[in-house]
Amino acid sequence: MSERDGKFVLPIGPQHPSLKEPCSFKITLDGEVVEKAVVEIGYNHRGLEKACESRTFVQDLYIIERVCGICSHAHTSAFCRCVEEMCGLLVPRRAEYIRGIVGELERLHSHLLWLGVAAHEIGFDTLFMYTWRDRERVLDMLAAIGGNRINYGVNTFGGVRRDLEPELIAEIGRVMDALEEKLKYYFELALVEPALIGRLSGIGILRPEDVRRFSAVGPVARAAGIMDDTRIIEPYGVFREIAVNGVTDDHCDVYGRTIVRVKEMLESVRLIRVMLRELPDGPISVKAPRRVPAGEILIRVEAPRGEDIHYVRSTGGDMPDRVRVRAPTEANWHGMSYMLEGFHLADVPIIIAAIDPCYSCTDRAVRLTDAGGSSLHAWEELRRLGIERYQSLGIDPSGIRLREFPRG
Amino acid sequence: MKKKLHLPGELAGQAIRNVFAKPATIDYPHGDPSIPANYRGRLVYDAPRCINCLMCMRDCPSKAIRIENRGTKENPDMHAYLNVARCIFCCQCVDSCPKKCLSASNDILLARLSRDELSVEL
Repeated sequence: MSERDGKFVLPIGPQHPSLKEPCSFKITLDGEVVEKAVVEIGYNHRGLEKACESRTFVQDLYIIERVCGICSHAHTSAFCRCVEEMCGLLVPRRAEYIRGIVGELERLHSHLLWLGVAAHEIGFDTLFMYTWRDRERVLDMLAAIGGNRINYGVNTFGGVRRDLEPELIAEIGRVMDALEEKLKYYFELALVEPALIGRLSGIGILRPEDVRRFSAVGPVARAAGIMDDTRIIEPYGVFREIAVNGVTDDHCDVYGRTIVRVKEMLESVRLIRVMLRELPDGPISVKAPRRVPAGEILIRVEAPRGEDIHYVRSTGGDMPDRVRVRAPTEANWHGMSYMLEGFHLADVPIIIAAIDPCYSCTDRAVRLTDAGGSSLHAWEELRRLGIERYQSLGIDPSGIRLREFPRG
Repeated sequence: MKKKLHLPGELAGQAIRNVFAKPATIDYPHGDPSIPANYRGRLVYDAPRCINCLMCMRDCPSKAIRIENRGTKENPDMHAYLNVARCIFCCQCVDSCPKKCLSASNDILLARLSRDELSVEL
């Protein structure tokens, strides 16, 4: 703890700042109140986009699956849809339904995990134990479908890798029945438990205008009454056939985000039931080519934490030329300082946890310090400046031939 | 907050019921971990069916599997080696194999005491 101008600057992290992932927060305190908060990410940079660009599309599928330890299916869904759109593949209906079922099971286990973590952050460890116990049932189902608890490996280009057997469908139905009962209980609890309401209400406020200003996504935006669910505003896959009842709330605070997530879990249970009931017969995949036609594409998918954006560019080979992953947490970080300022130090862990941050998903940016302003250069101008810079260092790169790629 | 606030302790009834309920966890390693039959665990290799196409090696994202023919082209003697420390158990090799000579088992007991022991022949 250091003192500056009569204010305390409290460093939180990078080890274990409320969640078990590395991130650093510099909190300037005026007494107990947070006056200024500076978020420093970048401790968990893994270079996964570059790794994708040096491997084949098939290999990339498993790197993309490991972008996030929770929303692995959302990431592979987005990446698969990128490749399928570029190859012009028509995914079988049964495969779309299975993708939808796994996606909603993933949303259930992600939100149950979050509810447990949030309860733990406010010292409500009983609820933490209960929600994580229930989450295990969902993980057991995911393991039975895909063969693994977290990295299910269900998606492949042109469909899914695993089919749903009738016994498994019946078992998922039974788990949904048991889970719905528990979720309704948690929802009732969230509405009446004074400890929960008192601890979560009125903190980490992000109003609709702030949501638009900081481009927040997912339950953070929906808790401010902004419906940004990609399944509704831009339906994809199975959601073109099955309508999603959007969930919003107008509390604009951490309590609102809790309500949104619990209601979304109940909606996920309903969606899984509908998808299981209407699961069509037929093949589960179509053969995908190894080489992807040249082009570029951007796909949006609704991950449990919000809108997940994938951009893929191909030059016609079996490796992508560029892969860009914009995980939902990356969008939610921008409003974090604003959400923390003005609230008590004791509220910092739960406000951070309320956006359900995933640090390793996000850490891809390079931050320039003392960059000295900004300027806009055309491509040729930028290349000339680069060559001049290297020539001043005694290296002449002007003879290097760039790989041609049709721009524009 | 317009909702009527109750006294703290909404969870009390549930908590008391759970005191007498059986544990949600299992007594591992003594209990049954109930691994699903189609779990992606240790790989199983059926050497006589292998045609040495090396598609598994080509598609492996972590370069964990290696196929070696110690015989001749006419009289093959196929062997598969797996670096369990590198394997991410995605089982893309199983999907890529055109002759279905690789398959996943639900054996999850793969821990060893040294790194060298993690390089195994399938």
